[in-house]
Amino acid sequence: MHELQPMHDEAPAAAPVKLGRAIVVTSGKGGVGKTTTTANLGTALAKRGARVALVDADVGLRNLDIVLGLESRVKYHVLDVLDESVTLDEALVPDKHTGTLMLLAAAQTREKDEVDTEKMRELVQRLREKFDYVLIDCPAGIEMGFKNAVVGADEAIVVCTPEVSAVRDVDRVVGLLGNKFKPQLIINRLRPALVKKGKMLSVEDVNAILRLPLLGVIADEPEIIVTTNKGEPLALRDEGATASAYHAIAARIAGEDVPAPTVETKDSFLDKLGSFFGGRRA
Amino acid sequence: MIEWLKKMLGTQNSSSTAKERLRLVLMTDHLALAPEIIENMKRDLVDVISRYVEVDREKVEIDFEREDRALAMMASIPIIAVNRPTGGGDDGEKPPVTNERAQAEATASPSTASPSGVSASANASAEPPKRRRRRKQPSGKPATAH
Repeated sequence: MHELQPMHDEAPAAAPVKLGRAIVVTSGKGGVGKTTTTANLGTALAKRGARVALVDADVGLRNLDIVLGLESRVKYHVLDVLDESVTLDEALVPDKHTGTLMLLAAAQTREKDEVDTEKMRELVQRLREKFDYVLIDCPAGIEMGFKNAVVGADEAIVVCTPEVSAVRDVDRVVGLLGNKFKPQLIINRLRPALVKKGKMLSVEDVNAILRLPLLGVIADEPEIIVTTNKGEPLALRDEGATASAYHAIAARIAGEDVPAPTVETKDSFLDKLGSFFGGRRA
Repeated sequence: MIEWLKKMLGTQNSSSTAKERLRLVLMTDHLALAPEIIENMKRDLVDVISRYVEVDREKVEIDFEREDRALAMMASIPIIAVNRPTGGGDDGEKPPVTNERAQAEATASPSTASPSGVSASANASAEPPKRRRRRKQPSGKPATAH
């Protein structure tokens, strides 16, 4: 398979507007939290005052609208815009919480093959003229849906959970992306207590294999599920460990030098018992 | 004591198992994705072996097999004939026994040597057609270097 080409290798000769950054959020494997991550990063970036467009490229399995709580306001979708049956402005759904975040939803009743790759590239280009960030939520897999999600992007964020299958798939996706997308890693659903007990791959284990710039680590917290249930991304909050982790990632994306991500470890009962007896873990 | 307690409660280090499995699966994946590298390796491997014996390049096969905790490379390299090291510097110091054995294996292989194939090699001096016969009398000294 040939290497996918990012959209902008060299700067355009005379750009009247400063183009925003188009970042695809991908993983290969499904169910690792791409959509939740996209929603929260978009929210966190918007809270910083940036104009953000979120594009749901998972045609046929629309979900980003649900996580953002915008499902009742979606009238048109990506394919309507690509078909030119509505304008881009008509299809963009503004987020009620941040004000600077907008969603371009995926078509629910269409198929991924219906997307014209070249038109998708043009669409992302148009969004880059209007927004500071265009985050593209990539579908699982490495077929047509992946290619269409990636085609307009010039950067990539890969989401990986600390599991053998997820790491393997990210490894494959990074190989497909090539270096041009400068892929950066978010490790999602880490359970520090399990890592401490030697029951889960650690951040170091995962990245010893993937060797990618680490953008951040998100712990597996019940509050993420709760906020997803409500359709209010966790990153809307100003406080809390997980919300802060999203804000730190957003700051890093924006180019701020934020200290290396750490994940708080809650000691298990046995660990506490161990330290009580003066025992040492291996 | 804590370690014992943890073991009793079924706490085992499965992350190292995960790490090991991951390492192996990725090694296999990367090999499968890199046919070019495999081809190059095959070529180099055959080049090296060809310095000592004449091999059937067309029939060289290389496979990778998972064995429990390791990845093994299996190479099948049919030998057509054995090039006896003569002349070229001090290379000819191999004990005759080794030569005999290699030769025996080479001739025993199904890809029987055509005498003309042997003569193509620079090192095969003088008596290529006789080689196969000599196998029957190991006493015949093949080494002529010193």
